[in-house]
Amino acid sequence: MTAFRFSRKQLCIPYALFLILFVVIPMLLILFYAFTGEGANGNLTFTFGNFINFFTSTAKLSTLLMSFTIAIISTALCLVIAYPLAYILARSHWKKKYVLLMLFIMPMWINFVLRITALRELLDLVGLLGKENYLNTIIGMVYDFLPFMILPLYTTLEKIDNSYLEAASDLGGNKLTVFTKVTFPLSMPGVISGITMVFMPSMTNYVVSDTLSNFNITILGKLIDEYFTTFNNWNMGSMISIILLVIIFVTMLLTGGFKDNKNEARGANLW
Amino acid sequence: MAKLSKDEKIIQIVGVSKVFDETVAVDNIDLYVRKGEFITFLGPSGCGKTTTLRMIAGFDIPTSGKILLNGKDITNLPPNKRPVNTVFQRYALFPHYNIYDNIAFGLKLKKIPVTYVNDKGETYTKMQKLTRKEIDEKVKNALSVVDLEGFEKRSVSTLSGGQQQRVAIARAIVNEPEILLLDEPLGALDLKMRKEMQIELKEMHRKLGITFIYVTHDQEEALTMSDTIVVMKDGKIQQIGTPTSIYNEPANAFVADFIGDSNIFNGTMVAPRTVRFCNKNFDCLDDFEKNEKVDVVVRPEDIRMTYPEDGMLKGKVISVVFKGVHYEITVKVRKTEVIVQSTESREMGDTIGLVIQPDGIHIMKKEFTINKYDGYITKKNTVVFGDGEFECDVTKLYPGSHLDEEGYLITANGEQIDLTDVDVNVEVEFKDIEISDNAEEGGTQGHIVSIIYKGDHYQVIVRTEENEEDFVLDTEDLWNENDFVGVKIAPENIRLTLKQENNK
Repeated sequence: MTAFRFSRKQLCIPYALFLILFVVIPMLLILFYAFTGEGANGNLTFTFGNFINFFTSTAKLSTLLMSFTIAIISTALCLVIAYPLAYILARSHWKKKYVLLMLFIMPMWINFVLRITALRELLDLVGLLGKENYLNTIIGMVYDFLPFMILPLYTTLEKIDNSYLEAASDLGGNKLTVFTKVTFPLSMPGVISGITMVFMPSMTNYVVSDTLSNFNITILGKLIDEYFTTFNNWNMGSMISIILLVIIFVTMLLTGGFKDNKNEARGANLW
Repeated sequence: MAKLSKDEKIIQIVGVSKVFDETVAVDNIDLYVRKGEFITFLGPSGCGKTTTLRMIAGFDIPTSGKILLNGKDITNLPPNKRPVNTVFQRYALFPHYNIYDNIAFGLKLKKIPVTYVNDKGETYTKMQKLTRKEIDEKVKNALSVVDLEGFEKRSVSTLSGGQQQRVAIARAIVNEPEILLLDEPLGALDLKMRKEMQIELKEMHRKLGITFIYVTHDQEEALTMSDTIVVMKDGKIQQIGTPTSIYNEPANAFVADFIGDSNIFNGTMVAPRTVRFCNKNFDCLDDFEKNEKVDVVVRPEDIRMTYPEDGMLKGKVISVVFKGVHYEITVKVRKTEVIVQSTESREMGDTIGLVIQPDGIHIMKKEFTINKYDGYITKKNTVVFGDGEFECDVTKLYPGSHLDEEGYLITANGEQIDLTDVDVNVEVEFKDIEISDNAEEGGTQGHIVSIIYKGDHYQVIVRTEENEEDFVLDTEDLWNENDFVGVKIAPENIRLTLKQENNK
């Protein structure tokens, strides 16, 4: 009788079970709900109705547009704020820079609801709450997701070998040329992962928009929630989820997140 | 060989030092580079050679001192304003560009004066970027110089190390710099490739006619390629000279040891043009003051083997290694190992004689401020050197260490080390040695061979019998020559350092 031995195959079993239970089956369920509905006789039937409904409803399309706008503006602001910071920190030889980096990252570890509530109080204090709903939502998103932009940018920038920058200036590049022709292109993997890390949650995180706009701004995440809980329409909720998934998928394809990046010198890519 | 205009100094380094976080990387060096020459900075890692190169390129700014290019001060000029291009140690090719764009990088940024004639016949000059066609042409030329025709569209990652090296060279020379800086450019290549590239670089230097400043730790590479070699150690220049002069006339024991193989003996001048080492007197060509302690350097190829009775030295062969063209034979003469290179072989255990001609003996002034010995640690944690055994503090070998009950050394991070038979360098200052009439007192005994009055004290040299080890000491008491004395050194005054493998 041979003793029972662990092999790599057996170690995979828990993960396979996890994937099947929590990824594959739920995905299939969402797909099932998205493309089914109650037929004329009350039976369950296959339908494109939800899909057509989404793209013909002005309300839903404007929610989609709103989500897009908020996400794009938030992501752009995060990038503009985070890049110089990450650049300065990554390029500095200051020994205590990690402390500073930590301080910027630390909000990530404080309860999210608490932070948003605190921000709400602050906005109330300066008199913005209830007046500037868009601005407040964007401030919230930026405040909340900034660390997710800083971190990948910092890792990528820090890993860029200094000799590339020296080579560029050696070949006649001034500081601006070195940045535009070498530093920035080499930091693209970090930029892309930062964008994906911020853009996607900005489209769906309705706790931010609800809290800071007094429920005046509806983004896609909120819409999904409403269909599942308030309207009890799981089919439409699933369809919106699928559409969101496709949008994210397409954005990633466009930003090159799926590109097979064999060049290790290009640095960290969180995706 | 490129034409050297003897007087034209393209680079002058005047009193330059560079300090990084209190570490002195380059220590007040003076140096000039002649236009068109192939000059090599040679030295072990950490000697300051790369820092010196980086200061010429403009990546590091000297802490003090000046760098002149064609007589103009460029000390604080940024790299992009210097007519200098660098080939980096690990190439530093831009991974996001293909080969063409890498090489064209500098050309696309360059502006050259173009002279026009207008309608009225007046000439005027405009700074203008190179045209696409001109860039294409130059890139193509550069690629053909490095034998990589047709590689324009390839990406960096598809190239081998040697090919990347060539692209790096092409990217630098395409800008037609006045000086090409090369920072250990062949370090990452295998031996065969390195040899080929050495020849190609030398050839390129001849064709281009520009100044090459080359950094390497490989003495053979330096000897093969350079017009001038600058040997550096601890941020200081040890010697500047042609390969021949550096090999034949090393300025000090470090240079002799670093360049080529050599035997270095402790010697003493005993008479005009006579030096004593290995317990024998030898005629030599250099002259120093009588009784001066000197380093004696003898190249292995300058020692001839003969019959035991005909030799100036007699010893036993303890190792024979075939090196391709010659044999390397190690001969033990009393306690000293002498390395001999010869096309003839000898059997292990043979007793042979060795002959050294006066022109094979190079004598160098000893930097004579401290007694230095080779020693080893015993089981009892004492140290053996200078024909004697002395109490010492072995915990000084490792900062923060201590001894356990069994006499093992425990380092600061808890590692246990057995020091038995560990080789150490021993240093003792002149003032820390005491001599005593009672010869049995102290770690070793010897006769006083020299007493020199130095104004307020006497400098006494005590020589042991067995291996003629010398102890130099300062004392205020008057002794007599030939007194037989005991040598005493307090344990805390014996400075020990671990012997490190000589990285050649």
